[in-house]
Amino acid sequence: MIHFILLFSRQGKLRLQKWYATLPDKEKKKIIREIVQIILARNQKMSSFVDWKDLKLVYKRYASLYFCCAIEDRDNELLALEVVHRYVELLDRYFGNVCELDIIFNFEKAYFILDEFILGGEIQETSKKSAVKAIEDSDMLQETMEEYMNKPAF
Amino acid sequence: MRGLAVFISDIRNCKSKEAEIKRINKELANIRSKFKGDKALDGYSKKKYVCKLLFIFLLGHDIDFGHMEAVNLLSSNRYTEKQIGYLFISVLVNSNSELIRLINNAIKNDLASRNPIFMGLALHCIANVGSREMAEAFAGEIPKILVAGDTMDSVKQSAALCLLRLYRTSPDLVPMGDWTSRVVHLLNDQHLGVVTAATSLITTLAQKNPEEFKTSVSLAVSRLSRIVTSASTDLQDYTYYFVPAPWLSVKLLRLLQCYPPPDPAVRGRLTECLETILNKAQEPPKSKKVQHSNAKNAVLFEAISLIIHHDSEPNLLVRACNQLGQFLQHRETNLRYLALESMCTLASSEFSHEAVKTHIETVINALKTERDVSVRQRAVDLLYAMCDRSNAQQIVAEMLNYLETADYSIREEIVLKVAILAEKYAVDYTWDDVQGYAAKTVFEALQAPACHENLVKVGGYILGEFGNLIAGDPRSSPLIQFNLLHSKFHLCSVPTRALLLSTYIKFVNLFPEIKTTIQDVLRSDSQLKNADVELQQRAVEYLRLSTIASTDILATVLEEMPPFPERESSILAKLKKKKGPSTVTDLEEIKKERSSDMNGSAEPTPVNASNVSTPSPSADLLGLGAVPLTNSAPAPSSSGSLLVDVFSDSSSVAAPLAPGSEDNFASSSDLASSEVVSEEPADAVHDADELIHKFICKNNGVLFENQLLQIGLKSEFRQNLGRMFIFYGNKTSTQFLNFTPTTKPVDPIVDGGAQVQQVVNIECISDFMDAPILNIQFRYGGTLQNLSVKLPITLNKFFQPTEMSSQDFFQRWKQLSSPKQEVQNIFKAKHPMDTEITKAKIIGFGSALLEEVDPNPANFVGAGIIHTKTIQIGCLLRLEPNLQAQMYRLTLRTSKEAVSQRLCELLSEQF
Repeated sequence: MIHFILLFSRQGKLRLQKWYATLPDKEKKKIIREIVQIILARNQKMSSFVDWKDLKLVYKRYASLYFCCAIEDRDNELLALEVVHRYVELLDRYFGNVCELDIIFNFEKAYFILDEFILGGEIQETSKKSAVKAIEDSDMLQETMEEYMNKPAF
Repeated sequence: MRGLAVFISDIRNCKSKEAEIKRINKELANIRSKFKGDKALDGYSKKKYVCKLLFIFLLGHDIDFGHMEAVNLLSSNRYTEKQIGYLFISVLVNSNSELIRLINNAIKNDLASRNPIFMGLALHCIANVGSREMAEAFAGEIPKILVAGDTMDSVKQSAALCLLRLYRTSPDLVPMGDWTSRVVHLLNDQHLGVVTAATSLITTLAQKNPEEFKTSVSLAVSRLSRIVTSASTDLQDYTYYFVPAPWLSVKLLRLLQCYPPPDPAVRGRLTECLETILNKAQEPPKSKKVQHSNAKNAVLFEAISLIIHHDSEPNLLVRACNQLGQFLQHRETNLRYLALESMCTLASSEFSHEAVKTHIETVINALKTERDVSVRQRAVDLLYAMCDRSNAQQIVAEMLNYLETADYSIREEIVLKVAILAEKYAVDYTWDDVQGYAAKTVFEALQAPACHENLVKVGGYILGEFGNLIAGDPRSSPLIQFNLLHSKFHLCSVPTRALLLSTYIKFVNLFPEIKTTIQDVLRSDSQLKNADVELQQRAVEYLRLSTIASTDILATVLEEMPPFPERESSILAKLKKKKGPSTVTDLEEIKKERSSDMNGSAEPTPVNASNVSTPSPSADLLGLGAVPLTNSAPAPSSSGSLLVDVFSDSSSVAAPLAPGSEDNFASSSDLASSEVVSEEPADAVHDADELIHKFICKNNGVLFENQLLQIGLKSEFRQNLGRMFIFYGNKTSTQFLNFTPTTKPVDPIVDGGAQVQQVVNIECISDFMDAPILNIQFRYGGTLQNLSVKLPITLNKFFQPTEMSSQDFFQRWKQLSSPKQEVQNIFKAKHPMDTEITKAKIIGFGSALLEEVDPNPANFVGAGIIHTKTIQIGCLLRLEPNLQAQMYRLTLRTSKEAVSQRLCELLSEQF
């Protein structure tokens, strides 16, 4: 089971946090600080796996963003790497050449896509088609560009 | 949402933290006024503001309003509004009960809406929040959605994982039922997404309820078989970089690891699958992309995990080992890491241990050259796992080498591992060398101007014991040793100073030439009139001892400490704590090994009764803190004193306790059932229930006595662990031969009048009824004596008292009101009904005695927790005496019927 997923920039700015185990907010903040520090300190030659408490961190950097997920000791590390990759692919497919700014300005979409892909810390849908289709279906219900520009800016 | 985008970009343009906070506060004020304003907000505005609040929260700021608006969004018919409402609720979970009621209501409506998109959102929310309240409200409903014939595939997937989340947080609220068998059949579903989600659910459920999900094994194997034999395009969108359904494959392999190897028919098919996976690893890659090799190897590693788990096919195990051996030299760091890790488990299989050992050079090389500390850490783990007598020297030497440059983060663990391996595989100890070396090293370390207090303690102890071994060197003459230690004295805390005083009196024995110097120190006002009672007493007594005792007496009293008794190695315990339960197996192995070959010097030996005492193994390690339980006077001939006069070295066995299974208790049942010829059946078997009752409320005493033998006990219990010292005293003047208690071998010869001691470690695995049986055989004057006694290890020994208020007590009392949880007994008093004695017995029974809890002051009320390895069971008890009728009514309430029953039986016997 995945315990949490964090996305953060090379500057250590958190871009997305998803928790699959219930923790108090204070504890979450502490964990985020600790993990960002651990991972930013590692260099590219190192493995993508870090033992952390009784969990394992599996991470990968895509351009300016680090994707990190914490899995249990018995979980499959390589597959966790591909979970991260598949999520990046889903974001990419949705946003088209996804970049950090897309995730900053459309953070809610990043959460929705993640929810289609992973639920309760387990993979829900590994097919790219199905997962993206769910989001695109719902986007049919969203505002058009024209509607968007007509909305007030405050 | 344009307003949101503008706000986010404002925040990004803030030059300082202060500016950001200012902008945020402005926005919060704006949103607050909008929410409070007279004008009703439309759905879009509400959504926008709620989303802004969410953004602010995710930036790390506290948000204390907006929940109600978010809940309003849930009942919107617009998908986007509902979606934001749910997101807010999931991220900012709130415990306000009114809100929870509204949220649950909205979820209920969406679940019933038959709109798959709305149902999906509601299920996601339940899974994301996963609270107990959610489980209470929906755990009954979700299985129905999951197995209903007309549920859409995507909803099934969400329902399966949602149920899984609820099961993980509140398993008691997800009862197994008709739905379980139908869930198993989802493994056959056409939709691979549904199968994947269902497999996750089944795996977790099967871990707790293996029987219930047994049929999943054959279904999983056939599903797996279809996947691994499919062509890379068969599974269309479920093929990931030319690897067919890697996620599902891994999950199926994981599910199979919940079970032992399947029946032969299924097993053949599974073996084929595993062979196919191993074969594919040798094929050239279908793509150069790392995603392809990762996915392929993910399946391969999981298959190897299953092979190791089954640990039954030597052929597969060796192939797995060879495959991992290839990975050890792979250019991908990740693969080297995983190969080291996986090989670690492979090393513990008897089939592959030797194969793993052939890679020793590669692993040592990894330790020296890997640039990543996590990889080096795995290499250390693997060296530790592959270590045996044949390579121990090489491995320990390499680890010590590495220690000098090792990262601080793993140094402690390496030291622990080296210590364990050295202890486990040491062939001989040249003790004098070790002791002299220790004394020299600690002496040098103490030269530092500032020493850690622990060093002073260690130094004080070692020099007190072995300082003589280095006293020949003029640089560490007795006086120099003493001055060195005493220079630290005043900076130390009271316990350390107390220890040093003991060192000084030992010096008086070791080095008579500095006796007067030491006496001067002991005599000084700061010692003799010290405000601390312990220090004062030691100073007075040691001074007195040094003045009046003859050299012989001094030498005897202050004799070198005997070898420490065996107990659970503190290093192992520490490593276990660090690494979790996986090392427990090592521990057991080490215990076995140790008892067989390392303990030559520490075998329990009978000591003649006229010998002078040595400290008991229960005294603290340094033998100074507690007064040892000794009696230096020659043993009077009364039988009772056999228990206290002599202590031999002890040995221990670990005896796990399980309900009704005596075979867990060392080998007692083996012996009991084997035919033992008893030429003289006197005292052959003791149905010792009576004896056991004597020990229910106390831990020490004489367990058994006849004209030949006396068995005494001292025991202590903490949580689910216990330790029992068993003393066998020969009451006759003739030797016992072939003396064999079944707990663990002791010296087969027990001299007349002598006593042998044994330590047994006890672990309560789960609640139990029957006490373990101790069988003893020995030959006395040509006749074989054979007897069995029950060891008084009863469930209540694993009680920890719990204090609680009257209100708490009765609230819990009410919670445990189902008929199965309560056991009651009304019985006649067997002893005088004395309040104080009754209280003492309840406390001795192990529970807390709760005063002023029962409205009737004549009643007694107690509470405690029974600790077992797997679970803890809360217990409440109430004893109502009826003086007129000379009767008691005893009521026990616990969460487990068997426990209530057993405790009630045990306690009833006491009054």
